[in-house]
Amino acid sequence: MADQFDLECRNVVKTFDDFTAVNDISLAIPKGSFFSILGPSGCGKTTLLRMLAGFQAPTSGDILIKGASVLGVPPNRRPVNMVFQHLALFPMMNVAENVAYGLKRRGVDKATITQKVNETLARVGLPDAGPKQISQLSGGQKQRIAIARCLVLDPAVLLLDEPLGALDLKLREHMKVELKQLQHEIGTTFVYITHDQSEALVMSDQVAVMNAGRFEQVGAPQDLYYNPKTAFVAGFVGESNRWHGTVEGGDDHKIEINLASGGKVIAKRDGQTNLVTGQGVDVFVRPEAIAIDGTEGADNSLSAKVDNVLFNGAASSLQVRELVTGHEMTVALPQTGAFASVKAGDEIRLSWSVEQTRCFASTEGGAGA
Amino acid sequence: MSKKHGALRGSLLGLTAIAGMVAFTSAAQSEELRLLTWGGYAPDEVVELFEKETGIDVEVTLSNNEDMISKLRATGGGGFDLAQPSQDRIAGAQLEYGIYKPIDLSKVDAAKFIPSMLDATKTNTTVEGDVYGVPHVWGTSGLIVDKSKAANVADYTDLCAPEVAGKVSYRLKRPTLIGFAYAMGLDPFAAYGDEAKYQEILDAVEAKLIDCKSNVKTYWEGGDALLNLVRSGEVVAAMAWDTGGWKLNNDNADITFVAPKSGALGWIDTFALPRKTKNEDAAYKWINFVMQPEIAAKITASAGNFTASKGADEFADAKLKAQFQGSFPPADLDNIKWYPTVPAGLEVLEGKTLDRVKAAQSN
Amino acid sequence: MSKTASITGGSAFRFGLLLLAMPLLLWLFLLVILPHMDLFLVSMRERISYGKYEFSLINYIEFFAEPLYWNTYVRTAVMSIFATILTLVIGFPVSYYIAKVMRGKGKNALFLMCLIPFWVSELVRTFGWMILLRESGVISNFLQWAGIADGPVEMLYNDAAIMVGLVYTSMLFMVVPLVSVLDSLDDSLIEAGYDLGGNAFTVTRDIVIPHAMPGIASGCIVVFMLTLGNYLTPNLLGGKDSLWFTEQIYTQFITRFNWESGSAFGFLLLILSSAIVWIGLKLSKQTLSETVG
Ligand SMILES: Nc1ncnc2c1ncn2[C@@H]1O[C@H](COP(=O)(O)OP(=O)(O)OP(=O)(O)O)[C@@H](O)[C@H]1O
Ligand SMILES: [Mg+2]
Repeated sequence: MADQFDLECRNVVKTFDDFTAVNDISLAIPKGSFFSILGPSGCGKTTLLRMLAGFQAPTSGDILIKGASVLGVPPNRRPVNMVFQHLALFPMMNVAENVAYGLKRRGVDKATITQKVNETLARVGLPDAGPKQISQLSGGQKQRIAIARCLVLDPAVLLLDEPLGALDLKLREHMKVELKQLQHEIGTTFVYITHDQSEALVMSDQVAVMNAGRFEQVGAPQDLYYNPKTAFVAGFVGESNRWHGTVEGGDDHKIEINLASGGKVIAKRDGQTNLVTGQGVDVFVRPEAIAIDGTEGADNSLSAKVDNVLFNGAASSLQVRELVTGHEMTVALPQTGAFASVKAGDEIRLSWSVEQTRCFASTEGGAGA
Repeated sequence: MSKKHGALRGSLLGLTAIAGMVAFTSAAQSEELRLLTWGGYAPDEVVELFEKETGIDVEVTLSNNEDMISKLRATGGGGFDLAQPSQDRIAGAQLEYGIYKPIDLSKVDAAKFIPSMLDATKTNTTVEGDVYGVPHVWGTSGLIVDKSKAANVADYTDLCAPEVAGKVSYRLKRPTLIGFAYAMGLDPFAAYGDEAKYQEILDAVEAKLIDCKSNVKTYWEGGDALLNLVRSGEVVAAMAWDTGGWKLNNDNADITFVAPKSGALGWIDTFALPRKTKNEDAAYKWINFVMQPEIAAKITASAGNFTASKGADEFADAKLKAQFQGSFPPADLDNIKWYPTVPAGLEVLEGKTLDRVKAAQSN
Repeated sequence: MSKTASITGGSAFRFGLLLLAMPLLLWLFLLVILPHMDLFLVSMRERISYGKYEFSLINYIEFFAEPLYWNTYVRTAVMSIFATILTLVIGFPVSYYIAKVMRGKGKNALFLMCLIPFWVSELVRTFGWMILLRESGVISNFLQWAGIADGPVEMLYNDAAIMVGLVYTSMLFMVVPLVSVLDSLDDSLIEAGYDLGGNAFTVTRDIVIPHAMPGIASGCIVVFMLTLGNYLTPNLLGGKDSLWFTEQIYTQFITRFNWESGSAFGFLLLILSSAIVWIGLKLSKQTLSETVG
């Protein structure tokens, strides 16, 4: 059972003095999967990754690689390799020497090293880069060399700490796809850290959403997107319109909520039996779940005035303001091109279904009257 | 000695030149006497008395023979109004560098000097008919011995005896060469005029000193450092000045100055006028002032050595007189070898000998 | 040092620049070039008789003909190189500790501790060592008290004492450039080294040292020059066998009044230090501009 996981954490805790950076995290990553840890800055991602690599020891808990505990095993003897946040390529060596470094440390013979280095460079698409100096590489090329330097060692797990953070947007979009493809080809288990939800969603088989040292939810990207389990996940993964409100009533399937800004919405209960009348909740609705000039009789509906049209091709949206309360919302424009004539100042009718409306107990206690 | 250490290299020439310039510009404001002398020769008490009497400020710079010549050479005899080199080091330096100016003997009160000493100094410091020095302080060098630990050290060569191995010290300077030569039964002063003969003597001494090197703890340089070594017991016998021995004797009755069997070496420090002296009058005033018996006695008390001032003995400290008599029974007093003027080329020969001794491997 | 002239621009600009560089040029000329020219000229003359000099190479010939001078010269060079290496070997771990292991207050405190010896003059520092090492000194007494030695132990007046003094005196000049160059080394490079299978030795050899090379070179140059030109420490701690080349120069100038051979020796020392620094840079594949700049 255990050895079908490449990497496992059991109740890992890391504290610095009286500050808990990683709080009771357990995870199990199956062989060959692309696992992302997504969370805001300072939530403990790097700390967790450094414990996996062996640069820091957990305060308590256990870490297993291929079923064996690696507590006390120094980084140079763990079968994992790490791509650093700023890549950490060795400027005193050329590209080939960088890639060959790990093999040399293992005492591999020269001919094999040369062959493996060439293979790996070819695999990352830079077959001729060997004799170049690190300073002669572009950002994306450095990226690939940093990965090649680890891959050449055939690690059980490759750890990547926001490796795309330093790249510009266009290159980041491109590298996302490339990384995913590379992982798919070589089948190495990747543990990928990011604070960019789009990276996590696009590349991963599994994503763990991390907040303040804890995992809020672990699941497939679709799962996180469509079935967030906490207010944090709902708010952090993807775009959402958000309201505060108090529970007014409802049944096993629905909850009626009075919004703090006025008005009323009905949300899916989704098994949250702990929500009782009078409790403060956060309500989330995705922009693309809202229909413009929707049919009468929808579960939730309201009138709004268009503030701005944000045209962005297929990802165009409207910024609108609710007529009664003045609450700001974002509404996605359908990709069909319908409503292309909507312009600022127009009044429109918005509607969405109960199924698309989620609510979670508010973290700030009451709904703020 | 210790003041003059430092990085020498290239900057030396430039820096001394600049030092000279600075001294040049700052001179001659209020009336001032810039005195280049030895430690103890111008005690504060005497300087104050002089200032009170004449209104002349005295600026004292401490030095030694080599340093005095170097300083005056660098400035062509400027920067100071009065210097006090040893009598044997005047004629050669004057011939070579022309850094002094003749003494006007009419301005010096000859009656205040012990006549024999004045005459001897005049003879020794005469260059081309001009006199360049008058005597001030005199003393001897010989042995400082801790009688309780090195009773049998009676001559320089005894410093090489196995009983005192590792516990002796001397300077690597010319007095050591001369002292050892006498102790070995040679007569270096007689060979002063004959370079070849002198070289023979130096060679013999060199061999002896190299042989003796393993006995030596260290070659001392500063007088205070030597006194420390003897006081702490690390050194039990050393070649040194008489005053050092008497100073130590005050603290420890076992330690005293011993005139070596072959004779102590007698030196006389003089007054000489640097060629570019700015205040000759003040210099003569100072000479006549400090040669008064009471003042001379004060200098004896501070320097530890007697002066050429006639009648100063009466005012000298009784203990010092007793120590002097203890170290110099009449026979030994007669046996003192007074340094004659050093002919020019000799110092080069001596230097090479000293270099070779220094470079030789001990043991 | 003065590459200012290579900047191009309007003539007014260039004149302004020249004016700005004036103090530097003056300083260079008056205090560096002029004395050395003088030194060189003095070294090329021979004293014929009282106050009479002639052009001659005798001072240099004498240096090569007299084994004593040669030996001292070579010995000084070898000991200086050894002292430099020793300073580096001791200074490197210290600097690494200060730059990479210590954090916050402790780091500053440790750095300051390296500075403390320099609040007193070299003379006082050297006397401090003499008090420690001499036969009736602190260490000797301690050894006797602890029963390790049964009589007084003399630790002064030998080459080891010279080495101790030289290394102590030079430490700061090694630690400062090393700390600053190691500070600039990204921690993640070291971690990457370990992550890829390196151990303390290989990471130091392959990553830390190559990165620190400019600092090592500049530290070594400064320490070597200081050591070679040191006078006090070898003289006081070395005692009767100290034999340091600067002593020879000092003796020639001050005790022998032989400025001619003193100048020649000074010039030879200058050549020696330049040559060794040049060889050192060549061996470590550094350039002077990289090291100084
Ligand atoms: N060595 C340490 N000592 C004390 N606190 C630390 C230490 N390392 C990290 N922390 C704290 O732990 C928390 C988590 O840090 P971590 O570097 O893991 O964040 P992160 O999730 O990687 O953030 P980012 O996305 O900005 O890189 C931070 O609040 C940080 O201040
Ligand atoms: Mg991080």
